[in-house]
Amino acid sequence: MSQSVLVIAEIRAGKLRRVSLEAVHAANQSAGGAPVDAVIIGSGIIPAASELAAYVSGKVYAVDHPELASYNAPAYLAAVKGLLDELKPGRVFLGHTAEGKDLAPLVAAHLGAGQISDVIAVSDSAEGSLYTRPLYAGKAFEEKAFAGGAGVVTVRPNNLPPAELASAPAEVVDRDYAPASDLHSIVKDVVRKAGGKVDLSEAKIVISGGRGVKSSDGFKPLEELADVLGAAVGASRGACDAGYCDYALQIGQTGKVVTPEVYIACGISGAIQHLAGMSQSRVIIAINKDPEAPIFKVADYGIVGDLFEVVPLLTEEFRKVLA
Amino acid sequence: MIQNGRVSDDGVKYVINPYDEYAVEEALQLREKHGGSVTVVSVGPARAAEALRSALAMGADEAVLISDERIESDEAGISYLLQAYLSKQAYDVILGGNFSVDTGGGQVAVRLAAGLDIPHAASITSLDIDGTAASVKRDAEGDTESLELTLPALFTAQQGLNEPRYPSLPNIMKAKKKPFQTLSLDDLGVDAAAIAPLTKRLSLSLPPERGAGQLIKGTPAEQAARLVELLRTEAKAI
Repeated sequence: MSQSVLVIAEIRAGKLRRVSLEAVHAANQSAGGAPVDAVIIGSGIIPAASELAAYVSGKVYAVDHPELASYNAPAYLAAVKGLLDELKPGRVFLGHTAEGKDLAPLVAAHLGAGQISDVIAVSDSAEGSLYTRPLYAGKAFEEKAFAGGAGVVTVRPNNLPPAELASAPAEVVDRDYAPASDLHSIVKDVVRKAGGKVDLSEAKIVISGGRGVKSSDGFKPLEELADVLGAAVGASRGACDAGYCDYALQIGQTGKVVTPEVYIACGISGAIQHLAGMSQSRVIIAINKDPEAPIFKVADYGIVGDLFEVVPLLTEEFRKVLA
Repeated sequence: MIQNGRVSDDGVKYVINPYDEYAVEEALQLREKHGGSVTVVSVGPARAAEALRSALAMGADEAVLISDERIESDEAGISYLLQAYLSKQAYDVILGGNFSVDTGGGQVAVRLAAGLDIPHAASITSLDIDGTAASVKRDAEGDTESLELTLPALFTAQQGLNEPRYPSLPNIMKAKKKPFQTLSLDDLGVDAAAIAPLTKRLSLSLPPERGAGQLIKGTPAEQAARLVELLRTEAKAI
């Protein structure tokens, strides 16, 4: 495929998201040695653009404008439209994040391209790259390919390795942005609730609480363990519905899909909707009083016991060995 | 179960996608507040009529099923068909589900907004309409974004938008008499080539079985120590 390959990179809280480097990895793999370009959109993004440039073999295009400080669909589409028309990319890669999920179909519609969403693996075949994605909340997987025309791919965070450093940093090219005068959609306000120290969807270790934590105070032992491990704290829908924590922490079919190295489920029974959000984790640990809880069926290690006894002891043990 | 490279639907009962149910409920509530009528539209095989019937039983006024054996489309083609239908209709608000719980592509609605050249807000948890102005809150990875859009506009429903009502028995009976239209490609004036799939599935597989997990026994202190040891030595994870 001789066509251009483009990654639309993403910034969160001023920083380049790791999923964007995973998207660069996927782009490199499907480009088969051809250079891969990237575009980054936002306000005050030069540091992130330079960081991105270290991993990109083609060029990095930076669209930097105060009106692009937070994601807005028509503004972000306007920011990349000119570049899409010039480069006519055969493949475009984004993260399967709130922003990527929203922007990708607009980009695909603009290019008249197919789209393969929520990709967890890329492999090579005689028919070109194959993209693996989950179906039925992770109960099956399909391998898809593009029929021949252009294609847009979104990659699920934490499933592909990040790109390696390029042999030389890419050139960063500034792109002008002309604010649209007639936006029919305006972002008034963004309330950042997901303000944890570690981004849940990109965390290497996730400690998650369910109804078994019993109260918002019940999350404290989980937070202490997370501090020791540098982990993110998540929750089941049950814990969110009960008001023990904010919905920003919800892991599952609704809420976030996480794929950490280690997932520690505390007081979570393991409903299918929850499993959809975490069953691809590499190592799953379940701590639950009920030995019949379905979570034990997917767990690599299970402890039947009271999380309020076991979790603080775990924190102590990890403190000792990690000290 | 997978048979001959396809998911077997033996014994499967097809239901309306839960996110679409939030969309139908929101449409009914808008009608209750602002008047107007609610039409439910789907592209799919004959069995999709069931989903439309349940939306009629919830209270929608009429249903349209776009169904044709020449439809083998992916998300691009489905949104094209919806666009072909909607571009000949008058509408103020288009509501859809955030994504389908089966295939999870999450593309059709946003592609449709692009095709109709109307603004959209995906994954909304509240919607207020005043004249032609819509104020919405949308869920973005747990953050809440507030947006203002000008109608006509398209919205996709996230959990939390509302509590879908259960159809009552009289409404289930009434639904059988409501207008139900089935449209073919010819009815829409769409050529099959225009909706040829842009992506193809090459294989379908079940996830690898997770090896049987091990239960760690002992006192809580022994369990905690053993787990930390196993994570470091056996799983090499921490």
